[in-house]
Amino acid sequence: MSKRQKLVRSSLERDSQGLVALQTKKLSRVVAGKVLVEDVSVEVRAGEVLAVVGPSGAGKSSFLRLLNRLDEPTGGTVLVNGHDYRTIAPKALRRRVGMVMQRPYLFPGTVAANIAFGPAQRGETLSAAEIALLLDRVRLSGYQDRDVISLSGGEAQRVGLARTIANGPEAFLLDEPTSALDELAARDVEELVSDIVHERGLTCVIVTHDRSQAIRLARRTMVLESGKMVAIGPTKEVMARVSTAE
Amino acid sequence: MSLLLNSLGHETILGIAQAAGAIALCLAVVLLCRWFGVRAGREAAISLARGLMQMTVVGVVLALLLHGNVLIGLLILLIMAVAAAVTASSRLPEIPDALLLSFFAIASGAAVVIVAMLAMRALQSDVAILVPVGSMIIANAMNACAQAAERFKSEVTAHVGQIEAGLALGADPAATVAPFVQRAVYASLLPRLDMLKSLGLVWIPGVMAGMMVSGVNPLYAGIYQFVVVTMILASSGIAGLFITLLLRSRAFTPAAQLTLREQISTKRH
Repeated sequence: MSKRQKLVRSSLERDSQGLVALQTKKLSRVVAGKVLVEDVSVEVRAGEVLAVVGPSGAGKSSFLRLLNRLDEPTGGTVLVNGHDYRTIAPKALRRRVGMVMQRPYLFPGTVAANIAFGPAQRGETLSAAEIALLLDRVRLSGYQDRDVISLSGGEAQRVGLARTIANGPEAFLLDEPTSALDELAARDVEELVSDIVHERGLTCVIVTHDRSQAIRLARRTMVLESGKMVAIGPTKEVMARVSTAE
Repeated sequence: MSLLLNSLGHETILGIAQAAGAIALCLAVVLLCRWFGVRAGREAAISLARGLMQMTVVGVVLALLLHGNVLIGLLILLIMAVAAAVTASSRLPEIPDALLLSFFAIASGAAVVIVAMLAMRALQSDVAILVPVGSMIIANAMNACAQAAERFKSEVTAHVGQIEAGLALGADPAATVAPFVQRAVYASLLPRLDMLKSLGLVWIPGVMAGMMVSGVNPLYAGIYQFVVVTMILASSGIAGLFITLLLRSRAFTPAAQLTLREQISTKRH
């Protein structure tokens, strides 16, 4: 068994016993009469990877944005380690619940400046050694001084991952992190995400339109349709059910 | 009333004749444009009619109030600031309280400068001087306000992903839009900076020309014009900065969520 497989296995064992790290309670969002997310209640245990799948416009990204409180729920709430997230300062919440978007949206400047951005918001300075370590982790050693303009899509997404990890989050929200990449880069980023999530024991919610990716990464999967949760359970079972229904 | 009647003398008739000449030339240009397929006739006619009517009313009001109290002058400037705020806020239909925000920015810029000019005795409290110079300052503050608001709005809507990436990393909303605040304020100052740079080289403003015709020392007239344009730059800077900071505060919720994008898309749909 490879080191990676061992990591994934130990993580799966851990998440079956963990405490609830993220919990949504009847989470809803309606904008100008349009329902984006409706009454979604789900628990994600510490160290668990939950995939969110569904057709385009099903509310997957909207759901993830609510978890990071980038948007305000119009109904229900989210508990982070049992605490209503509205009682947590937004800056602190977003440090604890890191988010990686579909596109990395790097800030103009160097790779190092991007990685140091999160800690700098709290007045902390990352040392050159810490930045180098994070870049090693995302397989971009020596990229510190590169201008972000010169990065490929896959490299930029890996810098985005390192930038989020630099904040030391407890949970990781991933919004289709490989959908804007070519197949090779997508597979590379997916492996990296899997390794990082499992080695750090991060609680993870990943939105994906790629069912095989959900099977590879997540033990449980939730299906959203028109903002509503229509299925949740072990990934393979859910996928089999969805395939049969189609 | 006798003041008004006095003003309807030879000069008024000459003015009407000159206005007719100017309108005729403009209409000829409109016809020339039409020859090349540019259809600006209706808008030009409305603008000419409005401009002539508004300036005639202003002339009549000034003739009536020429020797009025300073309070009347300030009241006229206040009305002008409200009109400027209505114009500037028309570019911000998606922002709640846009009229109030625009008025605050324009009035702050104009008030600081007018008070400073009065204190420096660069401006007299006579209505005949206070109102025309004050109106120049208000008009420029209005332009700066509209330019800064438009630029800030377009920068934010063009960089939603980057702003939200910053928020998701735990940044303060102010930090995520700092470059866009800087660009917006600078963009609003640029025309006024160019105006100051080209002063005397590319254009000799009307106030200076008027002062020289009235027999004022040309050197003082030149320096005074510099003071006026510098004060215009100052009022524009205040108006541009204030409206941008006010919009920044309205662009986010207390929970540090970017709402400007949503306000714009909701309004458009």
